[in-house]
Amino acid sequence: MSPTTTRVNDFTIKIATVNGTGSASANTLLMKSIFRSGIPVMGKNYFPSNIQGLPTWYEIRVTRAGYVARSGRVDLMVAMNAETYARDVREVAPGGYLVYDSTWPRPALLKRDDITVLGVPLAQLCNESFNGVRTRILMKNICYAGVLAALLDLDVARIRELLAETYAKKPQLVESNMKAIQLGYDYAKANFECPLPLKVEPLDETAGHIMIDGNTSAALGALYAGATVAAWYPITPSTSLMDAFKMFADRSRVDKDTGAKNFAFIQAEDELAAIGMVIGAMWNGARAFTATSGPGISLMNEFLGLAYYAEVPAVIFDIQRVGPSTGMPTRTQQGDLMLAAYASHGDTRHVCLYPANPEECFYMAVQAFDLAERLQTPVMVLSDLDIGMNDWMCRDLKWDDSYRPDRGKMLGKEEVLKLKKFYRFLDVDEDGIGYRTLPGVDPKAAYFTRGSGHNQYGAYTEDSADYQVVLDRLLRKWATAKRLVPRAVIDATADSKIGIVSIGSCDGAIREARDLLAARGVTVDYMRVRAFPFSEDVEKFLAAHERLFVVEQNRDAQLRALLTLETAVEKSKLRSLLHYSGLPISSAFIVEGVLAELQHERASHPKGVARA
Amino acid sequence: MTFIAKPKVAHPSLPRNTLGLTRRDYEGALSTLCAGCGHDSITASITEAIWGLSLEPQNVVKLSGIGCSSKTTAYFVSGGHGFNSVHGRMPSIAMGANAANRDLTYIGVSGDGDTLSIGLGQFCHAIRRNLDMLYIIENNGVYGLTKGQFSASADIGTKAKKGETNVQPPIDPVLLAMTLGASFVARSFSGDKAQLVPLIQAGLKHRGFALIDVLSPCVTFNDHEGSTKSYAYTREHYEPAVHADFVPLEREISVDYRAGETVPVVMHDGSRILLRKLDAAYDPTNRVSAAQQIQERMRAGEYLTGLLFVDENAQHEFHQVNSTPAAPLNSIPYEALSPGSQGLEKILARYR
Repeated sequence: MSPTTTRVNDFTIKIATVNGTGSASANTLLMKSIFRSGIPVMGKNYFPSNIQGLPTWYEIRVTRAGYVARSGRVDLMVAMNAETYARDVREVAPGGYLVYDSTWPRPALLKRDDITVLGVPLAQLCNESFNGVRTRILMKNICYAGVLAALLDLDVARIRELLAETYAKKPQLVESNMKAIQLGYDYAKANFECPLPLKVEPLDETAGHIMIDGNTSAALGALYAGATVAAWYPITPSTSLMDAFKMFADRSRVDKDTGAKNFAFIQAEDELAAIGMVIGAMWNGARAFTATSGPGISLMNEFLGLAYYAEVPAVIFDIQRVGPSTGMPTRTQQGDLMLAAYASHGDTRHVCLYPANPEECFYMAVQAFDLAERLQTPVMVLSDLDIGMNDWMCRDLKWDDSYRPDRGKMLGKEEVLKLKKFYRFLDVDEDGIGYRTLPGVDPKAAYFTRGSGHNQYGAYTEDSADYQVVLDRLLRKWATAKRLVPRAVIDATADSKIGIVSIGSCDGAIREARDLLAARGVTVDYMRVRAFPFSEDVEKFLAAHERLFVVEQNRDAQLRALLTLETAVEKSKLRSLLHYSGLPISSAFIVEGVLAELQHERASHPKGVARA
Repeated sequence: MTFIAKPKVAHPSLPRNTLGLTRRDYEGALSTLCAGCGHDSITASITEAIWGLSLEPQNVVKLSGIGCSSKTTAYFVSGGHGFNSVHGRMPSIAMGANAANRDLTYIGVSGDGDTLSIGLGQFCHAIRRNLDMLYIIENNGVYGLTKGQFSASADIGTKAKKGETNVQPPIDPVLLAMTLGASFVARSFSGDKAQLVPLIQAGLKHRGFALIDVLSPCVTFNDHEGSTKSYAYTREHYEPAVHADFVPLEREISVDYRAGETVPVVMHDGSRILLRKLDAAYDPTNRVSAAQQIQERMRAGEYLTGLLFVDENAQHEFHQVNSTPAAPLNSIPYEALSPGSQGLEKILARYR
């Protein structure tokens, strides 16, 4: 790499290790020390569905421009796993670097002339300095963090500061970890020309920001929304959302004098029970939620249909992972878009929210509860593994202390007593939403909730007309939902005839791809849908563009299918860019996809409309 | 049909409970079940029991799954909210509802299909969680609404209406509940109101999960010769082992204990259950020996009935275990639930 291509604060490191060897601590340490130096950084964890012994990778992208997605290239590989060594070496971009453990000889067949190979005898260094098999394995991983600190010019004092915070209660661990850091650092300084042209230089771009994963911020949202009942069944990648909620609730909701907890945290026997508990609790006036992933949503279908038809609020976080079936539980996908939108038999449609990052997870979590109670229906928040389990740099979360939960149309005793008679499912306000009451209020407020046919007065019915009155009112409620859900985020500043339409965690890659495309003379507008049903502005954007690229992370173009089903858009205008490898989508994928399609169109229709 | 409301005319001479309400105030919609259905007798016993306890109708929450039995929650206490959920999943709805408001009285009505097949998992876990509710199984050994298939409670050798013989062993909810640690387990018969009403009252007052398995013959599909769940067979093979009288706190003084025959069990609110052993060898406070005797008698083709096991000292009711506050969770003001903007700043410090 020549000095002219020096990529200060703009490169990607990938670390290949074996899971269960403590590499997560080393990787977090590296990423946070870069973040604390004021440099925007992205971290992605590609881990196996396993406890110990399988390959795992961690990608750290240092990005002065503040991009939040994968670039699609690797500039520096730390190859710590013999099993994946061959593919790890192959993945390094020409001109890049490879750091490996040179304690053992490296097979010659993996030699590459276009990268710089830096061997560090990590195992040997650690074996000489630490006792115990487990300690040596753990310290070997901390040791490579020291090597990288020297190569990339990281501030060692900051690393110590982070270790001191992590091990505040175990100071001896700070010393042993620092010893390992120093071993790697000193070896690199003595043997290589440090720093490399890939290096960090402190900036001031991270003030007012946090590094947080989407499950943690969604849990915070549930806490701030006033949720008191949390029911769930463990499933990757949603479990950490519930863990986080419990942690926050244990810290902020326990009465110091009595020990009483202002929340109920219930580990259910399965997802069917989890959603049943949420429905039961919300029917009875507590804000309740569950978190799950695709397989859980499949199991919850029957209850979701009940909640839709019996009009009971519920909040469900679906942290999507790779399907079908068990799929790849620790890889990301947007594969539940159709499943969630139409969950359960019969005519059912559900309100869905699509956060793009942890920041939005926080605000949408709160919004989900308000919408669920306002609309008296389940609301699903469709996050994914990439958002949920990776640390993202986000703007500080803000809280407005004037917030009060929107309980929707709920009548108390006094209001009910003023009525001649209370009818649960009557469309009094002509917005499709009836009034509800809670058990325990008054005999006059009592009604019967059922998933079987009912009339607008709440009684059982098998009468065609009475049944249809209720079903048609649910359509009016759907129209009301369209007005209440978050609008799409639209950037039409390019004033282009071409638009990108996307959803959720594709956002970061698309933002970067738009910049890269613009640099190549292709300008595109952009719309990110944030909710189902699609609001009016979605229709307008679709109508206003001649060529639309629908970017999503699944095989079957589920967003495109939803758009064609639920809007007036002509199918032929929509071109899919589908990414479904299980790894988060990269900006390079989108740039290549858009350029290839435009080139193809020019070749086949020289005077075609789809020109930027 | 259930949408036909019963006329609310109360004769002035009808007896009133301590709230001044008559039995009519605890009724629901007209039953649509077959004439002579055991379930309707159970509905009458439930109505009688709740009236007798003077519960405020609005404080009674009625829950059910799917099936003939599950329809019956519409037939009593119309002044209380009802929730007819999905097949076999009533316990989870009850769990959520109870978590939200511990102050109400939860009564779930289910059937043998709803509980022992599709809902077996939720049933077991409701017991395991010791959810504070009364769970009644209206047990007739068949699927009625789908026209007479065997259920999981059908005995080996029992005959279906069309002559088919059941060859698979039954799942007995009473033995199952005892194994799972339930602290109130009873069996009764829809035709024995004298036994059933006080059992329902005691079950409603019990803190924690109370199970009453009620043999309730299906007149249409399982009341024939060769059925072990017919009226005739049940009357012949059902044997009261322990009679339980329920004595509410306020009536306690007037009760006449007959020493030696009656064992009083004090409930958490001070009410009492008076256990009268009809079978001297049976001990309803010993889980192991009780389960053994129930099983032995079942092998001999007899159903022991009454309050078969009770432990009023059990201390693992859901809310106790989870340290929830005395006030219902759905009544906690929002201000007590949110750490506010200042709290958020402190929380975010960990993510910098």
